[in-house]
Amino acid sequence: MKTILAKEQLHLTVQRLACQIREDYPDLQDTVLIGLQPRGVFLSNKIAQALQQLLPQQTFHYGKLDITFYRDDIRKELHRANKTDILFNIENKNVILIDDVLYTGRTIRAALDALVDFGRPAKVALCVLIDRRFSREFPIQPDYVGRSIDTIVSQKVKVHWLETDEQEYVELLDS
Amino acid sequence: MALSTKHLLGIKDLHKEDIELILHTATQFKEVLQRPVKKVPSLRDITIVNLFYENSTRTRISFELAEKRLSADTINFTASGSSAAKGETLLDTVNNILSMKVDMVVMRHSASGAPHFLARHIPAAIINAGDGINEHPTQALLDAFSMTEKFGSLKGLKVAIIGDIMHSRVALSNIYLLNKMGAEVMVAGPPTLIPPYITTALGVKVTYSLKEALQWCDVANVLRIQLERQNQPLFSSLREYNLSYGINRRLLENLGKEIVIMHPGPINRGVELDSDVADGPFSIILHQVENGVAVRMAALYLLSNRNA
Repeated sequence: MKTILAKEQLHLTVQRLACQIREDYPDLQDTVLIGLQPRGVFLSNKIAQALQQLLPQQTFHYGKLDITFYRDDIRKELHRANKTDILFNIENKNVILIDDVLYTGRTIRAALDALVDFGRPAKVALCVLIDRRFSREFPIQPDYVGRSIDTIVSQKVKVHWLETDEQEYVELLDS
Repeated sequence: MALSTKHLLGIKDLHKEDIELILHTATQFKEVLQRPVKKVPSLRDITIVNLFYENSTRTRISFELAEKRLSADTINFTASGSSAAKGETLLDTVNNILSMKVDMVVMRHSASGAPHFLARHIPAAIINAGDGINEHPTQALLDAFSMTEKFGSLKGLKVAIIGDIMHSRVALSNIYLLNKMGAEVMVAGPPTLIPPYITTALGVKVTYSLKEALQWCDVANVLRIQLERQNQPLFSSLREYNLSYGINRRLLENLGKEIVIMHPGPINRGVELDSDVADGPFSIILHQVENGVAVRMAALYLLSNRNA
């Protein structure tokens, strides 16, 4: 077991990701945030909160997307579906997809399929807390990265959030 | 995460956790149905036959729409106009259809137990869309979904099922489900239409007074008189039935409390429900129909994985 991001670093990383998004989309005009259920939402909540503090006058749309029904492993195993909550139009908007860990890219593949069922965004960008490099099974790359790490298949990245795990840090587990 | 059964033959075979999983999944599908593109690709590798040996409007359309919203391929079979009329047996018909690479069977039949018989003989997953006077599980699930939507939970909810209990598969499925989920059930109707096992085997309260049932309940699930299943006169006339057991607006307004009216359809207006109730503010009948698609999507989705 190895800690990748301790609590304080995790906090700083979230702040940096919010600043980077703000840098590219200064007033968040025509920009929406969408967190991926279930565990990407803990990160997107924090990024949305950080952006709101950076831009207190600004209102922007923030939604949650569940990709269960779009998974490519449905015939292997069913997963419990979570709530999708996108109560705004994404047509011609810049969409920032937010998830905790980017690994094979299969979740993001499903998310892109799900997303276009809500409309035709002008642009989709991907923001992740942890990028497990060299593990991709689809040609998908992140635009905003908290921390890039090199891992092998047998290892697991576990992101702990206050909401469910009572502690906040990211660790690499050997199994 | 999966259901404990490979088929949906009846609520009787389900665990409480199965029911909760179906209702939870249905909530997510209901959101899908509000999207600009109202479908998901989950079942695009699945072919489903809708095998209807008995008439149906709502259930058949609802299943077909649910299948299409899940991207499944569907074929429809109705007994009239098919080789069943030439004397082909149920099992032969189904085996012939399955040889064309069909994965799931949705089936309605006038014989109680027909889907259970099929489940013993064919490899495909079967969903019972109503078998005789036995069960109609997806109706009970959509009723439960509609009640949960309205009241938040089924636990402790007082549900009166009113009318032809004896011939109603909707009543039986609802009683099984409500018992499992901790709701209280009372049935009301003429004594000739209430079988004795309702109290002895299912532990349900019985009253012959419509007023008492309405006074007691939070929800009244009103059933149609199933004349097609009655082969002897069990009450004198529909007119008399309406006078004793028909629900009208005045009756509801004099209760001194608000109750919710449900009906599985088709309604016989002026018999069990008057139009001012069926179309009135207490009725959630059309919500039930809307929720039916989401609930059936959940059942199909959760059963589509039996070969995994």
